[in-house]
Amino acid sequence: MSGLAFYLPFIWAFIVILAISVYVILDGFDLGIGMLFAFEKKPEHRDIMINTIAPVWDGNETWMVLGGATLFGVFPGAYSTLLPAFYIPIIIMLGALIFRGVAFEFRIMAHSPNHRAFWNTGFMTGSTLAAFCQGCILGGYVQGVHTSHGAFAGGAMDWLTPFSVLCGLSVVTGYALLGTTWLVWRTSDELEARCRRWSKRLSILMILCIIAVSCWTPFLHAPYLHHWIAFPNILFGLPVPLLVALAGFLMWRTLDKEHAITPFLCAIGWFLLSLVGLAITIWPYAVPPTLTLWDVASPIPSQLFQLVGTVILLPIITGYSIYSYYLFRGKVTKADGYH
Amino acid sequence: MVNDHELPLTIARIQFAFTVGVHIIFPAFSIGLSVFLTFLEGMWLKTNDNRYLNLFKYWLKIFSIVFGMGVVSGIVMAYEFGTNWAGFSAKAGPITGVLLSYEVMTAFFMEAGFLGVMLFGLNRVGRRMHFFATCAVTTGTLISMTWILASNSWMQTPQGYVIDQKTGHFLPHDWLAIIFNPSFPYRITHMGLAAMLSVAFTVAAAGAWHLLKAKKGGTQADSTIRLMFSLSLWMIVITAPLQIIAGDMHGLNTLKYQPAKIAAMEGDWTSETRAPELLFGIPNMKTERTDYAIGIPLLGSFILTHDINGKVPGLKDYPADQRAPAPIVFFSFRIMIALGGLMLLCGLWSLWLRRRQRLFDHPLFLRVILTMAPAGFLALLCGWVTTEVGRQPWTVYGLLRTKDSTSPLALSSLSFSMLFFVAVYLFVFGSGLLMLIRLLRATPEAADNTSDDIMILGSHHHTISQNKDAS
Ligand code: HDD
Ligand code: HEM
Ligand code: HEM
Repeated sequence: MSGLAFYLPFIWAFIVILAISVYVILDGFDLGIGMLFAFEKKPEHRDIMINTIAPVWDGNETWMVLGGATLFGVFPGAYSTLLPAFYIPIIIMLGALIFRGVAFEFRIMAHSPNHRAFWNTGFMTGSTLAAFCQGCILGGYVQGVHTSHGAFAGGAMDWLTPFSVLCGLSVVTGYALLGTTWLVWRTSDELEARCRRWSKRLSILMILCIIAVSCWTPFLHAPYLHHWIAFPNILFGLPVPLLVALAGFLMWRTLDKEHAITPFLCAIGWFLLSLVGLAITIWPYAVPPTLTLWDVASPIPSQLFQLVGTVILLPIITGYSIYSYYLFRGKVTKADGYH
Repeated sequence: MVNDHELPLTIARIQFAFTVGVHIIFPAFSIGLSVFLTFLEGMWLKTNDNRYLNLFKYWLKIFSIVFGMGVVSGIVMAYEFGTNWAGFSAKAGPITGVLLSYEVMTAFFMEAGFLGVMLFGLNRVGRRMHFFATCAVTTGTLISMTWILASNSWMQTPQGYVIDQKTGHFLPHDWLAIIFNPSFPYRITHMGLAAMLSVAFTVAAAGAWHLLKAKKGGTQADSTIRLMFSLSLWMIVITAPLQIIAGDMHGLNTLKYQPAKIAAMEGDWTSETRAPELLFGIPNMKTERTDYAIGIPLLGSFILTHDINGKVPGLKDYPADQRAPAPIVFFSFRIMIALGGLMLLCGLWSLWLRRRQRLFDHPLFLRVILTMAPAGFLALLCGWVTTEVGRQPWTVYGLLRTKDSTSPLALSSLSFSMLFFVAVYLFVFGSGLLMLIRLLRATPEAADNTSDDIMILGSHHHTISQNKDAS
């Protein structure tokens, strides 16, 4: 394989993982806040929770569109096998995201308390279901997809296994934790105190999920196990569990104190470490266990043309996204009410 | 009509048409409305006339809902290429996928990034920064239109690619040729104007409703409403004739690159010179003729070639398996043209009434404008049906057949998703439509002109409860 044909998919895999990670973290706390509507019933608190994300959620969700479009353009072989393979959970996720997305506007515009209650429920259910589907897709992806001649050749329900359900529940837990720790940072008084309590319970659950998924994954396919125990991979792999433990320790310490943003950063750390762990496991497959990155990549001119744009545009996008977060910074109280 | 092994393909096509047809309504609304909002805010900054600010805030609420519905229905589209059209994605992804990625990076992020400022920021940033955000969102919608239409136009008139002999994949080789393909300039002009017209008719209808209501109550609508009505009619006067010219040029271009589509649009079976223009008829794919045809002699050749002796194509020039379903294309095309004609007449009528100073109180005119509310969107959908059905049986014109574009999906999966989408869309977007109508029944409130601290969305509850009391 010539230089570019070898390195470009490598660079692109990195960018795709980056886009997915940013999506998971940013929309993770949006979806988490949606789930918390199940436990937080006070209308003022609900409004504050929504107000912390109203100006930014749309930008957060756009990272998911970027992930999909990048796969489409750069790894069309993966896009065209994975999407049919996860047809059912993707369709349900899209439906759930529709309810979640319109609920932002509809619950405000509702003309009667019943309507408002309905869209609040839609917001909660949509967020939870979307998160669960994303977890199932992730689990189904890790456990592998049946292909033949580069096209999907499995059944419609192949993705549904105990492992993928475990992953679904883990993602739900993780997003809820991102949501509560985000609120610890962005709210005050009673709501903040409740979120600190919730964060503690959720971080215990989260640790259990990470352990369960990590112990199960290496036994899904022989190469996965090999990746982890072979030398020198183990040197890259070993720090991951240690860092997870460190983040847990920090989280626990700071939840009792005045620290505002640290728990949120710890939750992000957990997500990043889990994703890195997964990437190490699966490498170099784009569609495990058969197609590698190089099998599914676009022709070089496509990858190059898109790379030029990405290298120029991603920093600009990051710039104005940060500006938008900065503009709406600080603890949100009722009085702020831009909704 | 549909045999069993074609059923999954048929469902996939209906599903795509349904989801993209719902989606396009919102982007078109967003494109036109954001241009209108930019104009309103600009005028407010320039003249300090608070009526512009009131109108801006009034339509901004509508915009926030429409935009939200555009986003959620658009995300479905971005994934549907892979879920339903895996064959197409695998082969054409290196081209259309890249264009879509550019759309995300140059447009979607920009819209999303500045939407927060536009909706919630007027009390956080200065007037100028806020206006900048409005302009950024508007630019974003226009850039978005540019990329998606480049992609769609490339599928209609492909160039700048080579086909990989082994895999059948499209390999890009000249990106400028791909983007600026022959139908792109026409399509983008036509679509941009369509968005403006659609919104102009919606705004005009809202104005007409308030004018009629005031008239019934024996009062005069306030000057903000009159300003809105007048502005929207100016927009119609300007864009309606431009749209007809753009459509005509678009047709000439299609005749050059997709003559089989023109034959289906016109219901012509044999290629001929001095062809008539059919006003009505029912193309019959079996007997290869158009039944009950009523036409105007020579006009067909004249419209299509600008020469009464011009030669127009016929469907029989093409093998039966390369003909688009003519009846659908024939009717959708005629509905679009008829609506375009009505729009022009509305514009001319408004000019006449303006001169006689009866623009705001001619009951019949107001009622006609009110019924024309959905006309723009209807024409737009008919236009797309013409374009897309007329391209059949190809997804990439002349190169990739629709039946080779599908995903390996079970009939049960497709049926499930079809029912699921119809249920979710009807419910969610139906509710959205009802909310829009309720919002439009409120009048633009008087702005608090003593300060800049305007909590734009803070007034929602207020507006709606006020409205309930009023009605
Ligand atoms: C004429 C313009 C036009 C056309 C033909 C389409 N769209 Fe669109 N689309 C827009 C113009 C637009 C827009 C105005 O730019 C929207 C509305 C709301 C938004 O965010 O951008 C949008 C939204 C939107 C979004 C959500 C973006 C976000 O998260 O902010 C996606 C993923 C798509 N579209 C994808 C598509 C696909 C795959 C299409 C092809 C079938 C398509 N759109 C047709
Ligand atoms: C905006 C409104 C649009 C409408 C109402 C529309 C309508 C349709 C319809 C009716 C079909 C089915 C044709 C048939 O099966 O006979 C179709 C197919 C399709 N269209 Fe569109 N379309 C729109 C925009 C677009 C755009 C912007 C793109 C691409 C960027 C696109 C790509 C496709 C593809 C891939 C198919 C599926 C394959 C096929 O049936 O040809 N469409 N569309
Ligand atoms: C009498 C006036 C009009 C003429 C002569 C005209 C002509 C055309 C033609 C020839 C096409 C097909 C192009 C193709 O097959 O690729 C088309 C498509 C289309 N029309 Fe029109 N049209 C008119 C009015 C309108 C109006 C009023 C609207 C909406 C407000 C509209 C919206 C569209 C759209 C959205 C498409 C599909 C997108 C595209 O291919 O550009 N048209 N029109």
